[in-house]
Amino acid sequence: MTDTATTLHTGAPDTPATGIRWGLLFDHAILIAGSLFMLLPVYLAFMTSTHEAVTIHIGGVQFLPGDRLAENYATVLFDGIGFAGAVNGTTMMVNSMILGFGFAIGKIVVAMMAAYAIVYFRFPLAELAFWAIFFTLLLPLEVRILPSYEIVQKMGLINTYTGLIVPLIASATATFFFRQFFKSVPDELIEAARIDGAGPLKFFRDILVPLSRTMIAAIFIIMFVYGWNQYLWPTLITTNEDYFTLVRGIKQIIQVWVGAQIPEYSQAMALAVLAMLPPVVVVVVFQSWFIKGLTESDK
Amino acid sequence: MAQVHIERVSKIYSGTQRAVNDISIDIPDGEFVVLVGPSGCGKSTLLRMVAGLESITEGKVSIGDRVVNGVDPAERDIAMVFQNYALYPHMKVYDNMAYGLRNRGMPKAEIDRRVREAAKTLELEHLLERRPRELSGGQRQRVAMGRAIVRSPKVFLFDEPLSNLDAKLRGQMRVEIRNLQKRFGVTSIYVTHDQVEAMTLADTLVVMNNGVAEQIGSPLDVYERPASAFVAGFIGAPAMNLIEAVVEGDGRALAVGASRLAPFSHSPALEPGRPVTLGIRPEHLRRAHANEKADMDLVVSAAEILGADTLAHGRIAPGGTGAAPLIVRLPGNVRLETGARLPLVLEPGAAHLFDGETGRRIDLAEAAVAPQQAAMARA
Repeated sequence: MTDTATTLHTGAPDTPATGIRWGLLFDHAILIAGSLFMLLPVYLAFMTSTHEAVTIHIGGVQFLPGDRLAENYATVLFDGIGFAGAVNGTTMMVNSMILGFGFAIGKIVVAMMAAYAIVYFRFPLAELAFWAIFFTLLLPLEVRILPSYEIVQKMGLINTYTGLIVPLIASATATFFFRQFFKSVPDELIEAARIDGAGPLKFFRDILVPLSRTMIAAIFIIMFVYGWNQYLWPTLITTNEDYFTLVRGIKQIIQVWVGAQIPEYSQAMALAVLAMLPPVVVVVVFQSWFIKGLTESDK
Repeated sequence: MAQVHIERVSKIYSGTQRAVNDISIDIPDGEFVVLVGPSGCGKSTLLRMVAGLESITEGKVSIGDRVVNGVDPAERDIAMVFQNYALYPHMKVYDNMAYGLRNRGMPKAEIDRRVREAAKTLELEHLLERRPRELSGGQRQRVAMGRAIVRSPKVFLFDEPLSNLDAKLRGQMRVEIRNLQKRFGVTSIYVTHDQVEAMTLADTLVVMNNGVAEQIGSPLDVYERPASAFVAGFIGAPAMNLIEAVVEGDGRALAVGASRLAPFSHSPALEPGRPVTLGIRPEHLRRAHANEKADMDLVVSAAEILGADTLAHGRIAPGGTGAAPLIVRLPGNVRLETGARLPLVLEPGAAHLFDGETGRRIDLAEAAVAPQQAAMARA
């Protein structure tokens, strides 16, 4: 937004006699429309979350703030939700965090090590190994969900964090990105490190990992959001409400349509708004890292 | 500090391709050896084999008294300076220099002392806290040198370290490298494709071509008595004139196209009809005086005025497309006109003769020139 203002301001001296630059106006109209398109749903969700469930049931989505902000959010965060009422928003948020961080960190660690092996070590069938990993990109979770579930269930990992995180921790995407990045690191750097007495582990830790900061930040953003937004897998793996994630929780609230009970739309909205915050924080924090890394790096 | 022995070393890729072919070089302690040759001649491969970055297919490399064929680069007690500097981009200058020492488990105080000393020598003291990207090319090159110096290795290896610098800086760094090497007295192997660098830096010059050492000798030796037509053409700027010729008459005259030359009238006869290559450096021809008998005439096609010198390009008379091209270095004050005919005199004993087929040197005036050992690696 500040950028827009600056552009308009500095653009002023060039303004032709008519005073209006239609091209610029058009550009901004598109940009503003785009911003509204993205922001309006968030605004509506937030506004709606401050009303009573009844109001929403009658009047639909609300454009103006209501009077139940604190109450709704407190209920969502601290009171039991769901069938058993055993889980509240805080627990779910913690679960989602564990899932998000577990996913992101696990995937980065596994992918970096896999890419390191593929790029820097000559072992039989290395090329085949890479392409095998690459092809799994074509197979999304849904395709292999039944066998995956079968294995996890047989290992007794249902309703555990391990069962939630580990089966999805191998990432072809991240491995691919790290491979491409490692390939762009000049060979002389490895050779210099070898002469400096850095073995494979030291080279990885002292040189490759610090050089990959940008890449790690980027992958972290993607994978955290991916993990945070997981719905199908947690639904299958967790039957115990203690392990429910936020994304599941939202669904759970709306599903409680028993008898004359009105679904707690406001609570669902509040939960949705809360569910949005951590990914936003992660993106904001890591993006600044990411951009810093991009502008600073030279290999 | 140590001597380096390279003994009949070969590098064979994919079974057949010999990138380096049976090279032997003995490098005494403290000597500066320059490997020079066109790109793809195997000079870098040879250096990397000494460094341990490339495996040795055949032969033996020893540093000091130890054969290092199977030894890890870090254990060879060498330091290498790379063409693109290969500094660790995320580390400060200080850490770049200290990294290798830390990996060796050297005490902190000792590392600090060495890094600061090297920084002082290289005038990098004010840059120690900077990162490589904040430095200019010359400064980065200095840091790369510093990283090598702090290790106080037995051998310095340089892989075209000045190629990425501009001409002026290259000249400065060349002198600096030479001075540093003299000061520390560390045995050094230096790879370059730049023959000026090679001539000015080397104690011993190794001219390589197609994986083979064409000649090993002191720079002057290589310049004055090139062992082959390839060496003759590669060392010296502008390059030596290499003229296809056939031995004629009594075996002391040469037929060059339509003209006849007799530059070796005093030397032993060669068998007539033998194809040879006549080599004449541009600086060994001069304009004939008024009453002097010219050895050959040059039909001038272009003049390059360099200030101190003027280079006359042209063909040997009678000229025309069939005649052999020739470059002559004349004093700077000579003015030339295109198409003019320039009578030239060859300085006595300055011509070289190479076999027309093998390109090897044919020694003509064995008696006239003191025999120097033709230090040739080729068996």
